[in-house]
Amino acid sequence: MAQVVFTANLQRHVPCPPVTVTASTVSEALAKVFADNPRLRSYVVDEHGALRKHMSVFVDGELIGDREHLSDPVGPDGEIYVMQALSGG
Amino acid sequence: MGTTRLHVATRKGLFVVEGAGAGARITGEHFVGDTVVLSLADRRDGTWYAVLDHGHFGVKMHRSHDEGATWQEIAVPEYPTRPEGATDRDIWGNDRKWALMTVWALETALDRDGALWCGTIPGGLFRSDDRGESWCIVESLWNHETRPRWNGGGLDHPGIHSICVDPRDPQCVVVAVSIGGVWRTRDGGATWTAHTNGMAAGYVPPKHAHRPEVQDPHCVVQSASRPEVFWCQHHMGIWRSDNDLDSWKEIRVQPSSFGFPVAVHPHDADTAWFVPAHSDQKRSPIDGHVVVTRTRDGGKTFDVLTNGLPQQHAYDLVYRHALDVADDGNSLAFGSTTGNLWVTDNQGDTWHTVSNHLPPIYSVRFT
Repeated sequence: MAQVVFTANLQRHVPCPPVTVTASTVSEALAKVFADNPRLRSYVVDEHGALRKHMSVFVDGELIGDREHLSDPVGPDGEIYVMQALSGG
Repeated sequence: MGTTRLHVATRKGLFVVEGAGAGARITGEHFVGDTVVLSLADRRDGTWYAVLDHGHFGVKMHRSHDEGATWQEIAVPEYPTRPEGATDRDIWGNDRKWALMTVWALETALDRDGALWCGTIPGGLFRSDDRGESWCIVESLWNHETRPRWNGGGLDHPGIHSICVDPRDPQCVVVAVSIGGVWRTRDGGATWTAHTNGMAAGYVPPKHAHRPEVQDPHCVVQSASRPEVFWCQHHMGIWRSDNDLDSWKEIRVQPSSFGFPVAVHPHDADTAWFVPAHSDQKRSPIDGHVVVTRTRDGGKTFDVLTNGLPQQHAYDLVYRHALDVADDGNSLAFGSTTGNLWVTDNQGDTWHTVSNHLPPIYSVRFT
């Protein structure tokens, strides 16, 4: 089971505790999370499912490469972190 | 002069101001810490709407049925998927993403209870028939042959910022686009015609200066009492139409014709207010003086109003939605990028400071 963790900064807008899902890609994992927490979706991806410009997703510590379709693979015990990219100093 | 209530949307929250003139006070605060770009109070049913921009997390809309005691998140407009193989590039050759960047106009659609019009960046007009539970893009305008040539001005992408619903006919709606011109539908959004005759743009080669889609109307308002009269604060100056948009006439004003907002008196089409900035190149008051310009004769002459406004070392810019006039035609309010908020209850003869300490102000609206 892959674990999906969301930035703490999201919690005041939409409660989104860590969850575990069975998934082989980031897209699949997030789709399962959003199915149970539909309001969370628009905070992470745009209307076409692409990652929002200033959001970042890490799988096992590495930034994903496919921000449009989130097709990056996730292992059986993968760790997915959904974070916000920081800008400025 | 009665009590007025005002919404002030700012970079760090939505504030409510009650009272008129010297008695105006901040009485409410909502979404403190979050960017609120726009608000709307629907006078038909008392519903309040607030548009929040969370930056990283996108644009959201909230609705309140109890004047802000509680808020509920509602849907935001969603752009359609771009057809396979279709190209859409801006003038710099960059690919234009079909996705909501921000909401830039929100008005009531008068042909149906709870219906709303919503203008957005990058240029889509949307309609809701269910108080914002769902939105549909107005495809006729999004697919208009000129739309790919609309462009960003100060922002990177074009946006619809002014929506005038005709008091004579709710199917008749005028929208203004920076940069993309002035467009009107007479059939509820099925078809659109350009209405920029007489406008001219100085930022394109002269032979293209009169093209509809190169016009940059910063703000367009329609007279409620004489709906054939429109006022426009354009990037190049001030224009007025008194023949139902058949043509526009330019009006030159001292100390400057440059600015963003315009407000028209609800009962007198010849009275209008502007808040000038120095110029396109210097978007701050002239010589540090904050002034409001007012005409009462359709633009033939103007008063320069300064009483109660800072007259030295002031660098306030007033955005296009940050000036409004109340239904009585006497109370006005405007707010600045510096977080100053001023009100008047005598058409601008005297201004009163409500606050010098608000966050940068995006929008003020009487409810």
